[in-house]
Amino acid sequence: MRHKLRSVLTIFGIGVAVMAFALLRTVVTAWHAGVEASAANRLITRHAVSFVFPLPLAYRDRIAQVPGVNKVTYAMWFSGVYIDKRQFFARLAVDSETFFDVYPEFLIEREQFEMFQRERNAAIIGVEIARRYNLKLGDIMLLEGDVYPGQWEFVVRGIYQPRDQTTDPATMMFHFKYVEERVRQEAPDRAGQVGWYIVRIANPDDAARISEAIDKLFENSRAETKTETERAFQQNFLSAASAVITAMNVMSFVIIGIILLVLGNTMIMSARERTHEYAVLKALGFSGVKLFSLIAGESLILSILGSAVGLLGTLPAVAGFQKALPKGWFPVFYVKPETILFAGISGLLIGFAASLIPVRRILSTRIVEGLRHIG
Amino acid sequence: MERPLIEVQNVSKSYRRDTLEIPVLKNITLSVHEGAFLAFMGPSGSGKTTLLNLIAGIDKPSEGRILVAGTDVTELNETELALWRSRNVGFIFQFYNLIPVLTALENVELPLILTPLSRHERRAHAQTALSVVGLADRLHHYPRQLSGGQEQRVAIARAIVTDPAILVADEPTGDLDKVSAEEVLALMERLNRELNKTILMVTHDPRAAERASSVRQLEKGELA
Repeated sequence: MRHKLRSVLTIFGIGVAVMAFALLRTVVTAWHAGVEASAANRLITRHAVSFVFPLPLAYRDRIAQVPGVNKVTYAMWFSGVYIDKRQFFARLAVDSETFFDVYPEFLIEREQFEMFQRERNAAIIGVEIARRYNLKLGDIMLLEGDVYPGQWEFVVRGIYQPRDQTTDPATMMFHFKYVEERVRQEAPDRAGQVGWYIVRIANPDDAARISEAIDKLFENSRAETKTETERAFQQNFLSAASAVITAMNVMSFVIIGIILLVLGNTMIMSARERTHEYAVLKALGFSGVKLFSLIAGESLILSILGSAVGLLGTLPAVAGFQKALPKGWFPVFYVKPETILFAGISGLLIGFAASLIPVRRILSTRIVEGLRHIG
Repeated sequence: MERPLIEVQNVSKSYRRDTLEIPVLKNITLSVHEGAFLAFMGPSGSGKTTLLNLIAGIDKPSEGRILVAGTDVTELNETELALWRSRNVGFIFQFYNLIPVLTALENVELPLILTPLSRHERRAHAQTALSVVGLADRLHHYPRQLSGGQEQRVAIARAIVTDPAILVADEPTGDLDKVSAEEVLALMERLNRELNKTILMVTHDPRAAERASSVRQLEKGELA
């Protein structure tokens, strides 16, 4: 701590590295948000070839009859453009009768839900969409259809709150029936089809058996299915970006190594400069344990201060990063408590580890050699 | 007859440089009684400082034994030796070796950290030691704010604050002007006479050696 500038630079160096670590971990967490939010008792049934191919609406009743299935609902990716193409959030046509039973994480007031149920072009939006576009109950949302061409007008009748931080607060949901009615008139060959089924099961342990039973129902049909747990389904989306996510994961741990090197270097320099003083302390009777606590203590103070600076800077950095991204890129983007905890514990361990080399060097230096040392 | 406080028995010391063995001390035998003020003199490289270091327990002999108050310090391991030094030896170095970021009071308090004394008691002891060396008005001065003579007196206060039986001084006046050197020597003489401290001093300065009760000459690693 004697060289104030060096100490300050070290603390800020650690701070920047801790901030970068926390930011990278947060991005990785955001990628995995869908997986994190997955419920163990939900299965997804999709077209066996690809998610983009629809499934017949008629499958619903047959799936519902599979033993162990508790409830079946469905959804369809609507896409469309709101305001302009840069405004991104999920827009889903859902079976309004059952969807919210299967997804209890979307918290909506009963009155609003009843209003939504009564109106065919009503929509429920996430609180984040309402905040982002300053929307209130009763406001109109105009979507320009792309998958389903034309102008689509929706009335905001409900604003849901996410149950926890892993729930996407920026999804728009409206009646599948409303879309279906229009599709029947304008493109009848596309009618009677849904994007995917969401199957709630009674016992998560039966997931494999039920998935197999569902897929068996539609074997050799025009639209074979692939059923898997919601977690596995979400992980499929990540597989495309797995290389990037792996790289970010590796980088985040490389940063831990960098912090260790920065602090280790500072501690080695400090200890070398004070070889003479440590020799005096040894001559006065300071034991190896005492000297270790002196050096490790200094190292820990630097690492704790650096970690604190980094963690304090993390929240604004994460907010700034999210702002810099296109709207809705990561609907769930927050610093997990585990990230803070991991960064804090890493700081402590690094503080301890960085002192090991200088301590070893000081303890192995004979007092008479140390007294001759010119720092 | 009273047993000597320090008994150096057939001590030899050599250093190894690559494959070369360099003898520094050869078969030294020496006795020092409690309350003695002994000066070692001799040319550079004669082994004075090495002998002092061995007696003070900061180096180990290649051969022989050193008994201090009945304890064979050559048999102690590093941890035991550190504890022994903290209780029995006070060090006075040529270049004072004060910690520059600590005040005079804190420097003197340093050896007391190793004792079970409370912070308040440590402060009181350190203040007393500084009063003994005549620096009661310099408690909160940093070493850079003191003269060489004052720094050495702080170092002496640090050496006596734990009330050790032995004080070892390696060229204590080597870095001081004549007046400061006189002050430091007078102080050491007082510590020897009034507090009965056993003092071993290495010096090149004959005037410093005159203050000692006895002088031993070293020549090429042997006592003359």
